[in-house]
Amino acid sequence: MTTHITLRDYSLAFPVFKGSARSLKKTIVRQARSSLAPVREASVGGVLHGAAGGGDTVVVQAIDRLSLDIGAGERVGLVGHNGAGKSTMLRALAGIYESADGLLQVQGHVHALLDPQSGMNPELSGRENVRLFACRLQYDRARTTALERDVEAFAELGAFFDLPVRLYSSGMTVRIGFALATAPRPEILLMDEWFLAGDQHFQDKARARLEDLIDSADILVLTSHSLPILRRWCTRVIWMEAGRIRFDGPPGDVLDAYEASQNIRAVDFSP
Amino acid sequence: MTVPAPGQAPQRREAGVAPPGPSGATPAARVPGLRSMARAMADLRGALGLWRFACALGWLDVRLRYRGSALGPLWITLSSAIMVASMGLIYGRLFHQDLARYLPFLALSLTLWQVGLSGILQDACTCFTDAEGAIRSMRTPYAVQALRVIVRNAIVFAHNIVVPFAVFAIFHAWPGVVALASVPGVVVWLLDGFAACLLLGAICARFRDVPPIVGSVLQIAFYVTPIIWRPEQLGHGASWLMLNPFYPLLEIVRAPLLGAMPGAVVWGEALALSCVFCAVSLVAFARVRARLSFWV
Repeated sequence: MTTHITLRDYSLAFPVFKGSARSLKKTIVRQARSSLAPVREASVGGVLHGAAGGGDTVVVQAIDRLSLDIGAGERVGLVGHNGAGKSTMLRALAGIYESADGLLQVQGHVHALLDPQSGMNPELSGRENVRLFACRLQYDRARTTALERDVEAFAELGAFFDLPVRLYSSGMTVRIGFALATAPRPEILLMDEWFLAGDQHFQDKARARLEDLIDSADILVLTSHSLPILRRWCTRVIWMEAGRIRFDGPPGDVLDAYEASQNIRAVDFSP
Repeated sequence: MTVPAPGQAPQRREAGVAPPGPSGATPAARVPGLRSMARAMADLRGALGLWRFACALGWLDVRLRYRGSALGPLWITLSSAIMVASMGLIYGRLFHQDLARYLPFLALSLTLWQVGLSGILQDACTCFTDAEGAIRSMRTPYAVQALRVIVRNAIVFAHNIVVPFAVFAIFHAWPGVVALASVPGVVVWLLDGFAACLLLGAICARFRDVPPIVGSVLQIAFYVTPIIWRPEQLGHGASWLMLNPFYPLLEIVRAPLLGAMPGAVVWGEALALSCVFCAVSLVAFARVRARLSFWV
């Protein structure tokens, strides 16, 4: 079975709790009231709507009946405004967010780089975090040592490698997170845009490593606001808007259209 | 999500409604309740497979808490000893107890309660919320966090249990071989603690005012459970004790360590309570597991 990602009418909505929705007492009182009172019209339509019974819970429809196929060898870029559903999409593909609405199939080993900390413990040193990560992947002693060397060589942190991660600059954290995530050679790599925090030297190295990885790995899904990066790295770009696909195609076409829409927007708002 | 070694078989993950037709639609996949239960069981199995990782996390929690202090985790032992000594002197005088008999009882009861029962229930509340960063950055079985809490508390317990043993040595109050009968009790505690992490961890992730409620309930339980006082002091009222769920649970571990066998009624009630509690926790965990990453 080859590596692939398939989505069919996949929707994902998540609750956002504000203030009193976190309170057990207030939730019980509210539910008791709403069961007595006639049901109010809750849904406003669109991306945000209040949960039934009003209150402080907002439901965000982050992915809305989306269908998509990504096959082996594709390097897919996701573009869209903040809140278009790009990061949620990566979390859903990574299996962190689950939804029973529609079909989501992921075939292959997945690794996701979602935030620079990548679940690292800031109190531990870089080396200790690498060991913990190896433990998470159930590596034996030899592979742990190999991973440690690999990450140490790639991240080029010098003496900082043995200092707690909380002392690192954001660029240093990114280097170690990137090295860790790419070391296990996943078949599917999901990346959020933060890794661009590195300097030019790091970006060149990262690109070389990614290209190397793409040869062995099969699918890369990348979100970014940097259009040049997407043009260079991707073979396909998906433009997302309000949890749906607005445009899906070769990077040139999609990014030109995306840029054009941005410019129109800019003209619209200019006096 | 696990990233298996290259030699391992690639994994397949599906979410949502299975496609129509024979492709992969097992009977369990058709009923939502059964499907979420099957996923919860897979989560538990995955966590057990990662026991080394859970142990490393639990051990690091203890180590990081005491990093930079000269005594390290020995502080746990020391503060426990200080508390037992001061409470023993005060309550021994208040209750007019013979210190040689009362202090071993108090030292053991306090330690078992504070670490074994009360401590783990309070720790269970923050089981998932404390691991927010890890949960939101990488797919890992949720039950790993529960195992981590258990490991962390087991380490703290090992540091604490030294104190009552030292008191036993000082007052020549060794229980003898019957003490070994507490081992099955400790196993029941471990299982209950794990179930508590799944249940309370999930509830507290959704409702943030539950941890203080748990804290208050435990405060009351501390006084109505025979920890600083002996069941005999109740006189005829002692039969009411069985209505307190903490009493049989405490007794199955404490009685053997004080040199007595717990009765069949005590063991029966402790087992029945534990079975119900574990079943409720498992069902609740299966129901809310998929939503936990939105809640933390």
